[in-house]
Amino acid sequence: MSVDAATVRKIASLARIAATEAEVEAMVPELNNILGWIEQLSEVDTSGIEPLAAVIPNTLRLREDKVTDGGIREKVLQNAPQAEHGFFAVPKVIE
Amino acid sequence: MTALTDLTVAGIRDGVRDGAFSAREVAEDFNAAVASAKALNAFIIETPDHALAAADAADAARSAGTLKPLSGVPIGMKDLFATAGYQTTAASHMLEGFVPPYDATVAGKLFEAGAGMLGKLNLDQFAMGSSNETSYFGNVVSPWRRNDGGNASLAPGGSSGGSSAAIAARIVPAATGTDTGGSIRQPAAFTGISGIKPTYGRCSRWGIVAFASSLDQAGPMARDVRDCAILLEAMSGFDPKDATSLDLPVPNWEALLSSDLKGKKIGIPKEYRVEGMPAEIDALWERGIAMVKDAGAEVIDVSLPHTRYALATYYIIAPAEASSNLARYDGVRYGLRDLPDGANLQDMYAATRAEGFGAEVKRRILIGTYVLSAGFYDAYYTKAQRVRALIARDFEQAFEQCDLLLTPTAPSAAFALGEKNDDPLAMYLNDVFTVPASLAGLPAMSVPAGLDEKGLPLGLQIIGRPLDEQGVLNAGLAIEQRAGFSARPKQWW
Repeated sequence: MSVDAATVRKIASLARIAATEAEVEAMVPELNNILGWIEQLSEVDTSGIEPLAAVIPNTLRLREDKVTDGGIREKVLQNAPQAEHGFFAVPKVIE
Repeated sequence: MTALTDLTVAGIRDGVRDGAFSAREVAEDFNAAVASAKALNAFIIETPDHALAAADAADAARSAGTLKPLSGVPIGMKDLFATAGYQTTAASHMLEGFVPPYDATVAGKLFEAGAGMLGKLNLDQFAMGSSNETSYFGNVVSPWRRNDGGNASLAPGGSSGGSSAAIAARIVPAATGTDTGGSIRQPAAFTGISGIKPTYGRCSRWGIVAFASSLDQAGPMARDVRDCAILLEAMSGFDPKDATSLDLPVPNWEALLSSDLKGKKIGIPKEYRVEGMPAEIDALWERGIAMVKDAGAEVIDVSLPHTRYALATYYIIAPAEASSNLARYDGVRYGLRDLPDGANLQDMYAATRAEGFGAEVKRRILIGTYVLSAGFYDAYYTKAQRVRALIARDFEQAFEQCDLLLTPTAPSAAFALGEKNDDPLAMYLNDVFTVPASLAGLPAMSVPAGLDEKGLPLGLQIIGRPLDEQGVLNAGLAIEQRAGFSARPKQWW
């Protein structure tokens, strides 16, 4: 499988990364080089093998259903690029 | 008298306890060493006040008889660990100026154990790189130079390259690192120091800027194996805030150190003899085999048949997890915001991320987004997870025949800065020996074992069964004692 400029533009848009035409053109061969290389996995016979998501066996824990934090609004907002009235502020999203 | 900056962690701890010198003297000498080593660019910020405050607390604790395990020991902190009140950037423009109101669990544990912080160490941006050249704050320069008379600046390895360079230059006695595909072990090998990545789940990931969550693991880097054991004890332990943290007691690794390997079987995986590997690396490996035999171990040949697929597997799984983890950088809650005139919310996201991420980070996010996208998920991501299962099974089967594995850490000595920059694939191949143990979540460490013909350090890697950090450390100690590695870079900075 290989990607063309239209695919790269689509991936960049899905990833929410703005890219100029020149950047897209430069990325096409770069990504194809990497994707071509990882293609080698197709030669491995993995029939009957379960996908591995967790390497070290571990169990999901339950904890008591009670509030363990909160009340730190100022700390939560202290690194916000723009905070107003105790909220994160963003550009208008409703026309 | 030995300069205080030449002491190991154990030497500083014991000297402060015995009153040979004060913690304040130690902190002042290291602060001065850090301040005079700007040419290495090992630090993103220096935090001399933190080191001095911890030192004064240590000196007071000695008078009061309340010394802690790391009282008086100043360390460097990789700038991937959140530190309350101190800028934490992951070497990115995206997080430039970000000051967390909390400590990463591992950082907090080290401070709680009495350690002071000399500064936040430079790294590859978001820990993505093997040479430190992807840092937004400029690359770290290795303190080592080739003995060929040239002055080529060498890579300190990556991503924990600030940590490795600072330790090798003796401007910090030890530092934290993180390892996703080799980011502790490869820089340790490049700079002639030791470093261990523990079993996945030993160290909490909470408060460490996330790269690939199923692989990321913190660990110590230091000048010798004992220091790694001391620091790992302080860094490890259950943390309810990390869902993958292991709820197990932390062994007393330092007290149980032993270089006697009688009764141990050490496997030599034949697949690690890769094409084009320099003869010097092969010779080093042979010397390592002789060393562990001399320590009483039996050496056997083993096979890890899927080794050659590990890198491709890693470069699907790690970017996939990175693309998901890095979705949080949206210009809303923290970090950079780029809001062009008249831009809407979507434009703001895209502009912020275009401005805040470096080229390698973008490359990996795009690869990750592609392999996770509709129609390709099974062909790439699920396939990689299946191959990952086979790689883990290879190790399980090998460990039915042996207790530990011995391999080179990297396929070459340190390369020059800029040498592999133009070809992302060539850079990725540098992780060929470290990635498999990461994919299987196994404890693995690098110890310095010799120099190449240009006078540059080479490392050997020991890989152990899950939770057998002790076995790994002990074999590391056996090699350390026999290799007698005492070379250090000549000071030019």
